[in-house]
Amino acid sequence: MDEKDLLILQILEDNSRLSRDEMALMAELEPDEIETRIAALEEGGVIRNYTAVIDWDKAVNGEVAAIIDLKVNPERDYGYDRIADRLSRFRQVKSLRLVTGVYDLQLMVTGRNMQEIARFVSEYIAPMDRVRETATHIIMRTYKEYGHSFMDRETTERIPYSL
Amino acid sequence: MKDFISKRAKTIPPSGIRKFFDLALTMEEVISLGVGEPDFCTPWNICEASIYSIEQGGTAYTSNRGLQPLREAISDSLGKNYGLSYDPDREMIITTGVSEGLDIAVRAVVDPGDEVLVAEPCYVSYSPCVTLAGGIPVPVPCSGKDHFRLNPDVLMERITARSKVLIINFPNNPTGAVMRREHLKAIADIATDHDLLLISDEVYSELTYESRHTAAATVGDLRERTITLNGFSKAYAMTGWRIGYLCAPEDICNAALKIHQYVMLCAPVMGQVAALEGIRKGEDEKDRMVREYRVRRNVFVDSLNRIGLSCHLPEGAFYAFPSVEKTGMNDVEFAETLLKEEHVAVVPGSVFGEGGMNHVRCAYAVSRKELKEAIVRMERFISSHRG
Ligand SMILES: Cc1ncc(COP(=O)(O)O)c(C=O)c1O
Repeated sequence: MDEKDLLILQILEDNSRLSRDEMALMAELEPDEIETRIAALEEGGVIRNYTAVIDWDKAVNGEVAAIIDLKVNPERDYGYDRIADRLSRFRQVKSLRLVTGVYDLQLMVTGRNMQEIARFVSEYIAPMDRVRETATHIIMRTYKEYGHSFMDRETTERIPYSL
Repeated sequence: MKDFISKRAKTIPPSGIRKFFDLALTMEEVISLGVGEPDFCTPWNICEASIYSIEQGGTAYTSNRGLQPLREAISDSLGKNYGLSYDPDREMIITTGVSEGLDIAVRAVVDPGDEVLVAEPCYVSYSPCVTLAGGIPVPVPCSGKDHFRLNPDVLMERITARSKVLIINFPNNPTGAVMRREHLKAIADIATDHDLLLISDEVYSELTYESRHTAAATVGDLRERTITLNGFSKAYAMTGWRIGYLCAPEDICNAALKIHQYVMLCAPVMGQVAALEGIRKGEDEKDRMVREYRVRRNVFVDSLNRIGLSCHLPEGAFYAFPSVEKTGMNDVEFAETLLKEEHVAVVPGSVFGEGGMNHVRCAYAVSRKELKEAIVRMERFISSHRG
């Protein structure tokens, strides 16, 4: 991983739909080298996927999302890894991380409505061995995601010319 | 009633682009490559610092020279980044943008009848400021052949017994040209031999893409005969905050300070507080913006050459300065027709002095998306006007 790799990642994170020629110009590399570097980043698991940042509120698919905090008893030899592995297999779990503070694991879960999420938590998550406590926070509105603001700000008019 | 307008005010020319400005305002969906300022908003931590300070009642005059901690921080940063050393208490003034810095610098050193050499193409305010001070601006053209650097031979041709000051600006608006140490050395020798004072506008010093900026005052013995102007507008995306600074040997600085205290009193305090946050904690954001300009420059300049507007790679600032000669139009026709037909705003190069003729200034301080669309429109424009 060197400066150029980091630059490629930064370019991709902003827009992953550029052609390799465009990226080559931006990063001041040959197109072939862009290709081999990206292949290596994919191979090494640094680049995981190419997705879109979507404002689901606008898409009005009717789904709701919640953040669920869990207190978990860690396991001898495995810590949190095995329970995290099991949790991550649920399709409903969109993200999962180990955090410091009062709770241990933090999940983002989506569902068709609040009842569905409540059922998912009470039927599958809360009863799991080692889960001691849950706290469910329904997401009411997303203002910013992955560095992209979802706020519709008035853009201030720029003057057309200044010298 | 008498004609109250002074002869001096009458002699300075009106803006060369008024007509374009008015035209653009009547149009829809204009992509403007005509603006000489960053498209980024000021980094939010800088805004927060200023908002907080206003809430705490920080709304009063500062000392004439500007906030002491800001001057300290600028002095440290000039030392660290460029090897300059200026005493923050004796050799520095915080100004209301480089614009004010330039005005008070010129007025501090120019007497009526003095000739002031101005390396052109350049920012439009240099010659009018000289005229307003009673001086005589003498253009020194920089040409595409020299990558728009100041050619020492051309400079020599323009020097007379009345030459007193030379104004330069690198990285340059409008050409993006950069003068490195080896280029500045020859200019330094001439300045010393002919006892010229240098005013060096280095407002784009942080925006260089091929090499670190060389501050003129670090070359040869230029320090004792240089006024260094710089500011926060470009590097920190802070144009509207109006903060710049002037650095010069103590006697010159004191002369400029007298003018500053009478005409400006002090630079706006909100801007000074913001600038202090910027210089202390704005490095990462600044670097991020510089990386982005560089990426845009590469793509944009390559595209200009591809569509037939030949353009050398600008090493600094955020301007490309392609030649429009091959289109058969002059720069004013090109800019006007392009605006009318494709709603893309660029600035005719002749606005920046004779050396800019047959070129147009395109600021690539706009989003990648807009740059791409601008190229599509310019390409269509060029092919529809081919033969
Ligand atoms: C070369 C040059 N000097 C000075 C200025 C004015 O800068 P400020 O905003 O600091 O007054 C500009 C702005 O476009 C510029 O391009």
